[in-house]
Amino acid sequence: MKHIVMLGNGISGITAARHIRKQSDHRITVISGETEHFFARTALMYIYMGHMKYEHTKPYEDFFWKKNRIELLQTWVEKIDFAEKTIHFDNESSLQYDTLILAVGSETNRFGWPGQDLIGIQGLYNFQDLESMEANTANIQHSVIIGGGLIGIEMAEMLLSRNIRVTMLVREASYWDNVLPKEESAMINRHIKEHGVDLRLSTELDEIKADGTGDRVGSVITKGKEEIACQFVGLTVGVHPNISIFKGSDLKTDRGVLVNEYLETNLPDVYAIGDCVQHSEPPQDRRSIEQIWYTGRIMGETVARTICGTKTPYTPGVFFNSAKFFDIEYQTYGQVPAQLPNDTETFYWEHPSKHISIRFNFTKGSEAVTGMNTFGMRLRHEACEKWISSKKSIGYVLSHIYEAHFDPEFFVNHEQAILDSFHAQFHRLLRPGRKATFWQKLFA
Amino acid sequence: MNTVQKIGLGAFVTGFLIWIVSLTLGQFTLTDQILKDNLKAEHYQVINPAVSDMIGATYANVFAFGMNFNAKVKQLNDNFKAKKEYDKVIYDNYTFSVAKASSAGPINEHTGLFFWLSFGLAIIGALMYILPTKRKLPGIKNNHIFDDAATSRGWIGIVLGVFLVLFYITLYFYPEFVVNWVLLVDPISMALSGTPASQWFLYGLLYTLAVVIMGVRMIIKYRHSPYQMIRSVSVMFFQTSFAFIIPEILVRLNQPYFDFKNMWPLDYDFFFDFNINNLISGGNLGLFMLVWGIGLFVVGVPVFTYFFGKRWYCSWVCGCGGLAETLGDPFRQLSDKSTRAWKIERYSVHGVLVFAIVMTAFVLYTFFTGQSNVGPIDSYTVRSAYGFWIGALFSGVVGTGFYPLMGNRVWCRFGCPLAAYLGLVQRFKSRFRITTNGGQCISCGNCSTYCEMGIDVRAYAQRGQDIVRASCVGCGVCSSVCPRGVLNLENADSGSRVMIAPEVMLGNDMPKIGK
Repeated sequence: MKHIVMLGNGISGITAARHIRKQSDHRITVISGETEHFFARTALMYIYMGHMKYEHTKPYEDFFWKKNRIELLQTWVEKIDFAEKTIHFDNESSLQYDTLILAVGSETNRFGWPGQDLIGIQGLYNFQDLESMEANTANIQHSVIIGGGLIGIEMAEMLLSRNIRVTMLVREASYWDNVLPKEESAMINRHIKEHGVDLRLSTELDEIKADGTGDRVGSVITKGKEEIACQFVGLTVGVHPNISIFKGSDLKTDRGVLVNEYLETNLPDVYAIGDCVQHSEPPQDRRSIEQIWYTGRIMGETVARTICGTKTPYTPGVFFNSAKFFDIEYQTYGQVPAQLPNDTETFYWEHPSKHISIRFNFTKGSEAVTGMNTFGMRLRHEACEKWISSKKSIGYVLSHIYEAHFDPEFFVNHEQAILDSFHAQFHRLLRPGRKATFWQKLFA
Repeated sequence: MNTVQKIGLGAFVTGFLIWIVSLTLGQFTLTDQILKDNLKAEHYQVINPAVSDMIGATYANVFAFGMNFNAKVKQLNDNFKAKKEYDKVIYDNYTFSVAKASSAGPINEHTGLFFWLSFGLAIIGALMYILPTKRKLPGIKNNHIFDDAATSRGWIGIVLGVFLVLFYITLYFYPEFVVNWVLLVDPISMALSGTPASQWFLYGLLYTLAVVIMGVRMIIKYRHSPYQMIRSVSVMFFQTSFAFIIPEILVRLNQPYFDFKNMWPLDYDFFFDFNINNLISGGNLGLFMLVWGIGLFVVGVPVFTYFFGKRWYCSWVCGCGGLAETLGDPFRQLSDKSTRAWKIERYSVHGVLVFAIVMTAFVLYTFFTGQSNVGPIDSYTVRSAYGFWIGALFSGVVGTGFYPLMGNRVWCRFGCPLAAYLGLVQRFKSRFRITTNGGQCISCGNCSTYCEMGIDVRAYAQRGQDIVRASCVGCGVCSSVCPRGVLNLENADSGSRVMIAPEVMLGNDMPKIGK
């Protein structure tokens, strides 16, 4: 029986712990200074908005850990002695491990702006950030969010729920346009404004100024030398792997903890998973650092299997991700880059008045679908993954779209409108497919 | 809250307070004629002398009058019991009808005015509060539900719970104290059925108003979801027509009072002799009602539940469900999600189902054999125990009174025998399930939090397993609140339900190694 220690109790570390327990009897310890129990960081915004309380965000009841013999240790790590296989905590105690899994996550980017360390300036990543946001936004009127990404728009929604005015400074010409194609990005721009956010595109932060007290934020100044008074600044210009603690150790890092395809670091019996990881040889079409809930979970599943004796490489399937921009749900499958590659064609349909759209990318020539985006429309993961992995053509996919409808009953499915639009753009007439009826199945 | 909403809230509270104060109005004077009109002849003989000092005396309010009258009848009964003359004991409750007939004062003279000052003001105020919520953009807006004293077991929730509990206790056990409320709705009852209102008519009207007004709120809140809108319209329709107006019209046409959508064992007195005799003597329509009532639970439940799950009844048709989905919607997040609660639920809801079946067996035995005793057990004691503990206390006082404390489905989850029966069919033989969308779950917990039945939906979603649970009423709110489009209510081949979580979740291509 080995002692396996997980550093970090986010989705990656906890998935690894659960799967190791399912497959083995090893002693398992999970260390985190953030919270005693695993909770869904994706739900931080809902706690702030009063949709849920912290306890609702815990995916397992508190008895789960003892029942499954997963020891929890709430403390901050000061340093790891990899040679002695010992973790030293900030309360002077220490812990020996046989196998160590680093799942230490990310931290908020700060790009060295003047004034960036004043009180009232923060990112939103962990539970402590939520607590400080609670304190920093009490009784304030105006906030500024720097950055147009997923956390930025979540923060805007959070602040608006408390009637705090929001100005959003986005460096790019359109919201999240390094990930979203032009049309989708434009739709989200409109929706952000619809919610009353003062969205400033192509606007960069120059410096942050203190208020009269000298240590709290009082205003931000843009590169265009405009001063915007505010009592809170949300820094949402991305995150980076949380590796400062490993500086100067034998652990090999670059932007993140470097791992091979088995999620092994350069040190024996030390693995790394989740946000903190940088793949030295990322799988095809994947970035070396992917800070996504789902990839963290997949790495957790994978490393557990390796540790329990079946050496297994990290093989994420067809890429998928999802988000919600205020009221618009977003799902993406496969590859839908912001800039269309030369060998790829794209078909985009958008509802004339509602925030609903769908996009298919497909290879020129073979017409194999390579990726899809949907907004305001739910698709079935299983169907999309199957189409992309088996290289189904755009014609096949469009006439089988009924297989992927995942909107609730009575929702309009827009199938005919999508096909009409395809006809108009590509001059090809397709028929909507239908599920076999009871009688067709009977006589099939 | 904008100005219109503030005025609306003010109007609602004013109307509500006037309604409460109206209970104290009026004078009550008993006459010999009133006793003659309202009492059975044999009871008139004994009660008249017992209450002789009340006759002609005027009481300043219904409480003094009612308590006095109750005390006299109780003393009479105590005497009978002391003398072991049990056959003479009076079980009929005459206080309500006698008090209603003895009433005089502003409510009787200005019924319409007081109706509008109470009911009218409260209805208009509620709508003024609800309708402006439409200016928010469509979408899930559960902001500050857990910061609000009404929806997070704060002081407003507790006050509301206490009020509802007191209301139900009064309605079931002391209806004479709400005589003035019944007087207020007398004209509506006369218009519908041609008969004066009872406390049950008052209750039916309040119930229907609650379902309709809060149904409007529900439709606005979920107006991005056709499923929720259509479902809300459905419960509003069934409550207004089937449960409220049609039975009253039947009475007007001299037909048996009958709610075509109510069903045994929820409708626990369906097989009681008074009801069966009533239906049998009700001509062809009465017989049809008897057959219909039996057909609903013998054929309707298994067939519809097989195809659609128990939601076809619980969250589309049922009156209790209708109230829970409309008036109760603001409280859905208060249900207990723990596995301990689930365990208690299974014992309790199936326990009530067994109780209902045994009780009904006793009733039918007595009906067909004419014998009231089965061995040492008196069939009438069993049915009155069921009526008291389950019919009144559990489904009414606890079931609705505890909305603001334990969520809006306390009765449906822990007590309803029909829900238990529908649940068994749904769990073991149904095409219904809630499917989870591959690997898309982010474990945020919105689904579990807003499940009124206390199902830990997330526990299934985060491991890619379909939700197949006896208790699920298919309200669809888990799917509505999911920010990632993970949950969907679906009907398909019952064998295709994913009952065991996949070894590896969708999105990870590593090979399976499990058996």
